[in-house]
Amino acid sequence: MAIKTIRQAIGEALRLEMARDEHVFIMGEDVAGGRGGTGVLDAAGGVLGITKDLLEEFGEDRVIDTPISETAILGCAVGAAVSGSRPVAELMFNDFMGVCFDPLLNQAAKFRYMFGGKAETPLVVRTMYGAGIRAAAQHSQTLYHMFTSVPGLKCVCPSNAYDAKGLLIQAIRDNDPVVFLEHKALYDIPGVETPDEAYTIPFGEANFVRDGTDITIVAMGLMVHIASGVAEELAKSGVSVEIVDPRTTSPLDTDSILESVEKTGRLVVMDESAARCGFAHDIAALVADRAFGSLKAPIKTITPPHTPVPFSPALEDAWLPGPEDLVKAITAVMEY
Amino acid sequence: MNLSNLPKERLLDAYRTMKTIREFEERIHTENTTGDIAGFLHLSVGQEAIAAGVMSHLTTQDYIASTHRGHGHAIAKGSDVKAMMKEIFGKAGGLCGGKGGSMHIADLEQGMLGANGIVGAGGPLAIGAALTAKLKKSDDVAVCFLGDGASNQGGVFEAMNMSVALGLPVVFIFENNGYGEFTGADFSVGSKDIAGRAAGFGIPTVKVDGTNFFTIADAAGTAIDRVRQGLGPQGVEAFAFRFYGHFEGDPQAYRSKDEIENVRVDSDCLINFRASVAEGNRLEIGELDAIDAEVAILIDEAVAEARAADFPSPDAVLKDVYISY
Repeated sequence: MAIKTIRQAIGEALRLEMARDEHVFIMGEDVAGGRGGTGVLDAAGGVLGITKDLLEEFGEDRVIDTPISETAILGCAVGAAVSGSRPVAELMFNDFMGVCFDPLLNQAAKFRYMFGGKAETPLVVRTMYGAGIRAAAQHSQTLYHMFTSVPGLKCVCPSNAYDAKGLLIQAIRDNDPVVFLEHKALYDIPGVETPDEAYTIPFGEANFVRDGTDITIVAMGLMVHIASGVAEELAKSGVSVEIVDPRTTSPLDTDSILESVEKTGRLVVMDESAARCGFAHDIAALVADRAFGSLKAPIKTITPPHTPVPFSPALEDAWLPGPEDLVKAITAVMEY
Repeated sequence: MNLSNLPKERLLDAYRTMKTIREFEERIHTENTTGDIAGFLHLSVGQEAIAAGVMSHLTTQDYIASTHRGHGHAIAKGSDVKAMMKEIFGKAGGLCGGKGGSMHIADLEQGMLGANGIVGAGGPLAIGAALTAKLKKSDDVAVCFLGDGASNQGGVFEAMNMSVALGLPVVFIFENNGYGEFTGADFSVGSKDIAGRAAGFGIPTVKVDGTNFFTIADAAGTAIDRVRQGLGPQGVEAFAFRFYGHFEGDPQAYRSKDEIENVRVDSDCLINFRASVAEGNRLEIGELDAIDAEVAILIDEAVAEARAADFPSPDAVLKDVYISY
């Protein structure tokens, strides 16, 4: 056991699973890097360096550099999965889904159902999401609500290294197609205790990041960390905040969310996905539908505005939900 | 590859496959007029020789990715005709339990990765199946069926390029039937040369008459052999004609009456086949007639059983979305 970052945890999960199961392979743009160039092979290990050294350990058959060709990457991974392989495909940024949604939306997600239960498509798509690093409108979106709305896909959004490792190993061993979303602002935040060996975290089990009695905050990814800071501050003034991190949006641990709201009677959902038809609204509707009687105050949702993500640091900071938005929402709910 | 000495059994198999596809689809065409078949139907009548010719070189270990016009591919790959008919009628016991229908018939046990409602989607899927074959170090191949319409899709371009870059064992079969939906290939294929375009991706591709079993089987056999030998992706552009419209109910105003009538006379793969084997005295006409009779009985039974079968229970709606959830 050691303190590890999310970056390290994801790399470890990939290495362990590739060593455990020869059917597991990785493919994507520059997952090794350097092919066809005048320098060395394994020049990059992906844009994040996460897959560095896997080429040497597992060889070029299982560490597959591809052209910049997202439809072929995802479609090839789906075809490989349904024919007996266990691919982990890397879609560098989830924004790129704009050019390659079909293999997930119409193929992998629907095979098992429309083929009468006969298909297995054990596929993982790793992809970066989220704002906060000045990557501008086409490299900063949070799109897990789109994947969540597609029956047949599973959707995972870890917020810390322990969860990232256990959930990624689960994703690779899972027999359904899984989209594994990595928030790009979290790779190198201070790490947490993370075992060296392989372990899995089941999908559909929320993490109670913090126990409290006055108000429930549902948050994922970067928002968990903002909520934790706010909860720490508010504890000093006597507000007891409970933070629930669903960790997976599909399947969703509805029971834990409902139990928490039934206990606290108050809910704020702080979420980085869309301001319309997003994950926050899904949770708000769930609680309104099934725990209305427990509510002592209206549900509040905090999302970015309904705009693209702006570039300028001043604008992006204004765009991204922050601690002051959460304090304001909690205060309003508590004072209702 | 020289098919002039094909053993008699294989000749009979080829004819049986083509005839089964023909009867299956002609019967669907008729049954559809009763209103008892729901949804979209895309018939491949006229293109049977391509399915039979290509699949005559494949085993169940080899994969195919099909198109929305996929009944013939499934039959030629070995799918159960009666289960297919039930599927098209939306009945329990259908090949996909009634959840897929005509446009999503799949049979993974036979290496049939599915008909596909998304034009060109089979391209990337096929190279994935080819990647599995490569990783297993087998000599299995994946065959991707695409139409002239799909030949214009970006995903197909990507699949062709990546198959060459990664050296994958895949054959692209472009079934050029002259129309993508209601639009002529002469208009929509900018270069008017699908084979040439595939060649531009580094995929050696030949053009053949897809209404003659022997020419398409010969070309496909050569391509598949080359792939099995590790020579990289290969292609075939096979010209044929669809005897019906894009979908059942298509009035085909975009085709002249002459064209619709003439293709059945001049470009019928079954007539061509009978003429070829009679010329060389390779088969007795009586043997072919016997197959016709067998196939007619099979399709009669398939329709009767499909009509008699129950619809799926409504609780099937919630089943098989995930393996576990």
